[in-house]
Amino acid sequence: MSKSEKKYGDHLKLKKLNSIIKKNNCEKSALISTLLDIQSEYNYLPKEALIMVAKEMDIPLNQIYSVATFYKVFSLQPRGEHIINVCLGTACHVRGGGRIIDEIRRELKLKDNGGTTEDMKFTLEPVRCLGCCASGPVIVVDNEYHSQVTPKNVNKILKKYSDGRKVKKIIGSQDKNA
Amino acid sequence: MKDIDKFKQKLSRIRKSKAEESNRPCIIVSSGTCGEARGSKEVFLALKNVIKKYKLGKKVDIRLTGCHGFCQVEPIIIIHPENIFYQSVQPEDAEEIISETIINKNIIDHLLFKDPNNGKKIKLEKDIPFYKKQNKLLLKNNASIDPFKIEDYIGIGGYSAILKVLSKMKPEKVIDTIKESGIRGRGGAGFPTGIKWSIAGKTEGKKKYIVCNADEGDPGAYMDRSILEGNPHSVLEGMMIGANAIGAREGFIYIRYEYPLAVTTIDAAIKQAKKYRLLGKNILGTGFDFDIKIVRGAGAFVCGEETALMASIEGKKGEPRQRPPFPAERGIWNKPTNINNVETWANVPLIINNGAKWYSKIGTKGSKGTKIFSLVGKINNTGLVEVPMGISLKEMIYDIGGGIPENKNFKAIQTGGPSGGCIPKELLDLPIDYDELASVGSIMGSGGMVVMDEDTCMVDVAKYFLSFLEEESCGKCLTCREGIERMLEIVERITEKEGKKEDIETLKELGEVVKDASMCQLGQTAPNPVLSTLKYFENEYLAHIREKKCPAKVCRALISFKILKDVCNGCGACRIACPEKAISGEKKKLHSIDRKKCIKCGICFETCKFDAIDKRAGSD
Amino acid sequence: MINLRIDGLDVQAEDGWTILETCQFYGIDIPTLCYDHGLSPYGACRLCLVEIGEGKNAKLVSSCTYPALEGLKVKSHSNRIIKARKIVIELMIARCPNSKTLQDLASKYNVQKIRFKIKHEDCLLCGLCVRMCKEQMMSGAIDFIGRGKDRRITTAFDEKSDLCRTCGGCMYICPICELRCQGPDPPGAVCGSCLEMSPTCLDFSSEAQCFMVESGCGTCVRNPIKKNVNEMEE
Repeated sequence: MSKSEKKYGDHLKLKKLNSIIKKNNCEKSALISTLLDIQSEYNYLPKEALIMVAKEMDIPLNQIYSVATFYKVFSLQPRGEHIINVCLGTACHVRGGGRIIDEIRRELKLKDNGGTTEDMKFTLEPVRCLGCCASGPVIVVDNEYHSQVTPKNVNKILKKYSDGRKVKKIIGSQDKNA
Repeated sequence: MKDIDKFKQKLSRIRKSKAEESNRPCIIVSSGTCGEARGSKEVFLALKNVIKKYKLGKKVDIRLTGCHGFCQVEPIIIIHPENIFYQSVQPEDAEEIISETIINKNIIDHLLFKDPNNGKKIKLEKDIPFYKKQNKLLLKNNASIDPFKIEDYIGIGGYSAILKVLSKMKPEKVIDTIKESGIRGRGGAGFPTGIKWSIAGKTEGKKKYIVCNADEGDPGAYMDRSILEGNPHSVLEGMMIGANAIGAREGFIYIRYEYPLAVTTIDAAIKQAKKYRLLGKNILGTGFDFDIKIVRGAGAFVCGEETALMASIEGKKGEPRQRPPFPAERGIWNKPTNINNVETWANVPLIINNGAKWYSKIGTKGSKGTKIFSLVGKINNTGLVEVPMGISLKEMIYDIGGGIPENKNFKAIQTGGPSGGCIPKELLDLPIDYDELASVGSIMGSGGMVVMDEDTCMVDVAKYFLSFLEEESCGKCLTCREGIERMLEIVERITEKEGKKEDIETLKELGEVVKDASMCQLGQTAPNPVLSTLKYFENEYLAHIREKKCPAKVCRALISFKILKDVCNGCGACRIACPEKAISGEKKKLHSIDRKKCIKCGICFETCKFDAIDKRAGSD
Repeated sequence: MINLRIDGLDVQAEDGWTILETCQFYGIDIPTLCYDHGLSPYGACRLCLVEIGEGKNAKLVSSCTYPALEGLKVKSHSNRIIKARKIVIELMIARCPNSKTLQDLASKYNVQKIRFKIKHEDCLLCGLCVRMCKEQMMSGAIDFIGRGKDRRITTAFDEKSDLCRTCGGCMYICPICELRCQGPDPPGAVCGSCLEMSPTCLDFSSEAQCFMVESGCGTCVRNPIKKNVNEMEE
C-alpha cells in the first residue's frame, strides 16, 4: 500500500463522507454528483468510500463500480499532489498538443499518457478540449491555465510546481499584434 | 395589483437606473475561461488597484464580463462610453490606461488592434475585420453584462420575453412561434426545435422534464461555454419559456465538469432568478411552477447523445438506447422529456421578443437564424464567430478569420467535431447551413471549425479523431466499439509505415458499415472523419502507403531530420536541446544526428536559429 | 394489432412486439446473438439488423430493440443488410475466434477472410450474462466495467461478490465460452484461426463457479486460470 493510500484509506473522515452522501439526499439519481463530491474531497474514489455509498444509498456496489469506471473524471487510484490536465482538443492537437504531452511524459518519466509519478507529486490527465482553443496548446495545472505552451517551456512550468513556489502565469509567445 | 404587474414595474425601475449608470466611464474586462487563461484576472486586479490609487472608485466602474469572442487577442478590455477596444492588455498597462485614457481621454496607441493587412490601428471593436461580417445576436450581450448580476441582464431587456409569454401568450402560440421561426437544434443534428416542442407538448403526462444540454464535448467547440459564462440568464429565460410551452415543471442543465467557471455562473444565475421569483412555485403569481437543477457530467463525450444524457441524469452510465421511443414520449424516468442545446435555448427569448418573422428572415431557406462557430486551428484570427446561416466558408476563413498564418496554404476545414468531416479547398464557396454541409459529407455539429494548413497531415487528422472516438465510444454496440478500434488499427498502421495496398478499400467498407449499423449518433457519424479525408485526400493516404512518405511531415515514422552541411555553424543549440542526446558534434563544427537515437520530436528543428535542420518527408 | 410489411409480406404484430418478435412469429430467419427471449433486448451485437423505411430515408436498425410500428416497411435480407452482417461477423471473429457459434455464422454467411488482427478474447461483451444475472437470477453480481475498448464484464473491484450464488447462469447463457469450436468443421476458410484454441473454463473447474473463485471474474479465461493453462502445457 502506497503512502498516500494509507493516508486517505485508513482515516477516511467518515463524518465528512456521511455529510456528502446526505447532502445529495441519498437519491439514486444523485450517484454521479455524490461521487464527484467524494472525489473532490479525497482526490480520488477510495474503495471504502464506494462501499459506504453502496450501503447508504442502497445501490449494488457493482453498479457504483460500473459508473465509476465509465466516466473518465473518476479515479480509483490515489492521485498526485499536482494534477496536470493537458488539452488534447482538435485545436490544441493541430498546434502540437501531442508533443506537449510527450514532453511531459518524458519529463515525469511516465509510461502512458496519464498516470501518477512515483513520488506522488504529479498526476497527468489528458482531457479532450478545455474550450480555450484560441490559446492552444493549453495545459492546466491545479486549475491554473497555461496557454501557448511549447515543448521547450514545459519543464519550466513543471519545475515551478515541483519546487512548491507560487507560480507566475507562464504564457508562451505573445501575439504578433502585441 | 397583480404580482406580474409589480414585476413589470420592478424591471422598468432597474432598467432606468441601469441607463443612468451607463453614462459613467466603465472599464470592461473580458474574462471567460480563455481570457482567464491569458491573465485577465490579473489585469482586472491591477486596474482595480490603480483606480483605488487615484481615488476614482466612485467615478469609474469596472466590470468582469464573459468572452467577447476574439480570443486571439485576450485579455481584451473595452472602455465605455467611447467603446475603445484595447487588446492583449497586461497588468503593467493598468497605470497607463487609467492615467491616460480614463483621466486624460487619450488613446494608447500600442494597445489598439493593428490590422495585419494594412498595419492600420483600429479604435473601435466594430471596425475590426474579425467582427465586421458578424451578426451578433447571442454573443452581443456577453460584452456588456456581468454574468453574476441579474440586474445587468434585465438592464439590456432581459426577462421581457418570459413576461410576454406569461401575460399574453398561450402555450400553443409559443410553440407555433418557434415552429414558424424555423430554428433548428444547434446541438448537431439540426432537428426543427418547434416540432420537437410540439411533440413533447402533445404527449400526455403529469410530469414532464426539459433539459439544457451543455455537455459540449466536441473538441474545438466552445460556444456553449461562452454563452453560459457570459450570459447565463438568457439560457434560463429560454428554458422557462420552453417549460411553460410544453408543460414541464422541472428542468435540468447537464453541464460538463471541464467547465468549472460555467457551472459557477449558471449556479449563481439560478439562485438570483429564484430570488426574483422567476423560478420556483407559482412564478409571479401566474400559477406556473418551474425549477432548474444543475447536473454535472463526469467526462463522457457520448453523454451529448440524448438517450445517454438522460441515463446520466438518472445517475447511471451514459449508454445510449434505441430510439424510438423518443425522449419526447419516454425520457427521464420514462416521463416525456424535451432536450435542447444551450445555443438553442438562448435563441428562444430572441424569437419571442422579436417575432418569428424577424427571425426567419435571417439565414437560408432551410437553416434560419445565426449560428456561433468556433474558428480555431491554423488561422490568423481565432475565436467565436456569430454569423447568419448561409455565409460561405471562404468568407469565414479569409474575411473573418484573416487567412492562414505565415502565408501558408490552406488545406482543409474540419467542421462538426469528431462526427464531422474535412472539407477541401475546392468546396470553399459552399454556404454554411445544415443541408449544404451534409451534402459534402460533413455536418454542422455544434459549430466547431478547425482550419488546417499544408502542415497538417490528413491521415494524422483521421487518426486523431478515431483515437478520440475509440476512447469515447461507450462500448455497448459492437460496430461502434470494434469498428472504430479496427479503423484506428488500420490508420495507425498506415502512419507507422506498415500500410497495405488494400487498407483503403477495407477502411471504406468498414466505415460504411459502422455508419449504417451502429445504434446511436456517435457510432453513426464516427467514420465521417475517415471517409471524408479518404474522399478528398486519398492521395495523402496513398503517399503514406505506397511511397512511405508523409507529405505534410507530421507522421514520425515517415519523416526524418538532417543537419545541412553548408548551413550548420556548430552553435550547439540543438545538441543541448535534444532530449535524447541524439545530436553530436564539436563546437563550431558540423553537427550530426544519430538516426538510431532520434525520436523525431522536432525540438532541434525548432531550436535551430539558422534553419540548418531539414525536415524531410520519408524516413530516409 | 399493428399492420406492417416485412419483405413484401403484409403482417400483423401484437402491441408491444419488436420487429424481431414479429419476424420470428412469421418464421422469417434473422440471426441473433445478444438476444434471448427470456431477457430484455439489448441491441449490442448488431447481428439482427433489418432495413426499415424506403429510398433515401431507409436505415438499418437492430430488430430486437425496434418496435413494430404501424405502416412500417421492413426488409430482412437486403444487400445492404448482408454486407453489414458480414462485417459484423468479421469483427466478432477477429475478437473471439474460438467460438463455435461465431464460426458457424461465418460459415453460413460465407465470411472467408479476417482482415484485422486477431485478439483472442473470450468475451464478446454481448451482455447476456449480465442480464441473466440481473433479470433471471435477481442477483446483479456482474456488470459492465469501463467503457469503449476497455469495457469488460466483472464484479466490483474484481473481487468475489457477496451477491453471487455461484448458480452458473452466466456460463450457461454465454454464446462464446460455453460452446467452443472443436475443429475445422463445417469447412470454411475462417476456421483456420481455431488452431490456437484455448480450453474452456469447464476444462479447469468441475464446479460451475469459476466466475467467482479467488479473483476470478467475468469471463472465464482470465489470469488465474491462464496460470493453469501453462501448467497443463508443462
